[in-house]
Amino acid sequence: MSLKTSFICESAIAICAAIDSHEAEIESLDRAIGDGDHYINMKRSSEVIASMVNELKPLPPDEALNKIGMKLLSTIGGASGPLFASFFMSMAKVVKHNGANNPLEIAAAFAAGVQGIMQRGKAELGEKTMLDVLIPASTTFTISAAAGKSITEICQAVKAAADEGLENTRNLVATKGRAAGLGERAIGHLDAGAKSCQVMIHASCNLLLKS
Amino acid sequence: MKKFLNNIDNMLIESLSGFATAHADLVELHLEPNFLTRKNKAKNKVAIISGGGSGHEPLHAGYIGYGMLDAACPGQVFTSPTPDQMLAAAEAVHADKGVLFIVKNYAGDVMNFEMAAEMLPFEHDTILTSDDCAVVNSTYTTGRRGVAGTVIIEKCVGSLAEAGADLQTCKALGDKINSRTASIGVALTSCTVPAAGRPTFDINETELEMGVGIHGEPGRRREAMRETDAIVKDMVDAILTDLKPQKNQEILLLVNGLGATPLMELYLIFNTAAKLLNQHHIQITRSLVGNYTTAIDMAGASITVCLLDDEIKEHWDSPAHTPALRWSI
Repeated sequence: MSLKTSFICESAIAICAAIDSHEAEIESLDRAIGDGDHYINMKRSSEVIASMVNELKPLPPDEALNKIGMKLLSTIGGASGPLFASFFMSMAKVVKHNGANNPLEIAAAFAAGVQGIMQRGKAELGEKTMLDVLIPASTTFTISAAAGKSITEICQAVKAAADEGLENTRNLVATKGRAAGLGERAIGHLDAGAKSCQVMIHASCNLLLKS
Repeated sequence: MKKFLNNIDNMLIESLSGFATAHADLVELHLEPNFLTRKNKAKNKVAIISGGGSGHEPLHAGYIGYGMLDAACPGQVFTSPTPDQMLAAAEAVHADKGVLFIVKNYAGDVMNFEMAAEMLPFEHDTILTSDDCAVVNSTYTTGRRGVAGTVIIEKCVGSLAEAGADLQTCKALGDKINSRTASIGVALTSCTVPAAGRPTFDINETELEMGVGIHGEPGRRREAMRETDAIVKDMVDAILTDLKPQKNQEILLLVNGLGATPLMELYLIFNTAAKLLNQHHIQITRSLVGNYTTAIDMAGASITVCLLDDEIKEHWDSPAHTPALRWSI
């Protein structure tokens, strides 16, 4: 299995639909402990990317990923633009140099993307941000791929890791991101950015599970 | 919400266009990506570029011109501008001595300017302003927030760049001023982001928010409204605790309006602050009162103190000719 631009495009469309169908949930999480504009940003950016699939289709996967990153960078603004852009641009670099021709290489590219977010946001696991979903999902992806698991098994494991990571944000005090500054007041709420990432991971995995 | 606007989507561009037309002798507006530059490009100096979310006018575009900024990048209201804006602005104004970004410490601004810096084909550096001593970490910030003290940095670093100093010298002056400057704000009402259409936070007639941020982010605490002498005493105390000035220290005292507080009240605040500082044997030798870093239509004010030295005084006093600050020229 290798990473194909057609999958990136289908994934973009699936993510856009998934964000749309989780509007109420993401919005209410962000209203509780965020600044209230996270859903609008996610909707706007996922629509922009879904609308550029025709431009992306003829490109090799690394160029498609890089183009998504550049587009997010000039479209979103705020902190989410550079964070998501860093994910796609870091991933693109690894795909370009090392290829993405098997699950382990794709996992390495995904891990580079997550690393890009960590560096840009100067954040780590356990700070009540999207990284609390992305880091465990990435680690699970790498471990399952290295163990030679099937695509189905990998996807199920990654989804489960994302679910668990999301649930873990409930009892964290936020030290980075939208809920930082609320201190103890954020305890008991899931993080909206973590929820969006869990939704996106599910959307992409479900696409692979269907095929 | 009752505001002057035609169509919410065009509000920013219509306002920027009005600004550029009103100050056509000083600035030029470039669209898609959006940035403003001096009317006449400066030569042989470090290019000073700032930017941030709109809604803080006259920050930053109001400080474009001789002795201050070369360009400014306005984002949407309370939203960071994006790297394509900064890259285009840098391309337009760089003059072979490097590019210096002046960035208020907000996560979005920091990351967007950082990505632009990584893509810049010129020598560059960044001054991160963090003068707000009210809180550490808040809705949009890791560390202290950058607020009205940014104006002092833009003035002085702009002056130094105009005098021909190199990139590192300009950066060093900015960092020095930032470390010698403290601000704290207080809100009597919320601001209303036009696209949201309702106040950012609820606050009633008998309350104030001590330490509010320039986007209406929470400050230190919600307190009971009281007479101004008592409010200003708490603000001055917070600043003095932070800066710990020596006896007879010379300072610049800036009383800044947050958008909907009249000058009459700002001068009343200045009066109280000046008396309190005098009691602490601090000498106010430079002052500025007015709307310099606003939070759209918030009723409220901030107090900023900068500990002066000869270098800062020289660059504060030097000529500047911009839409919002003009003296000695």
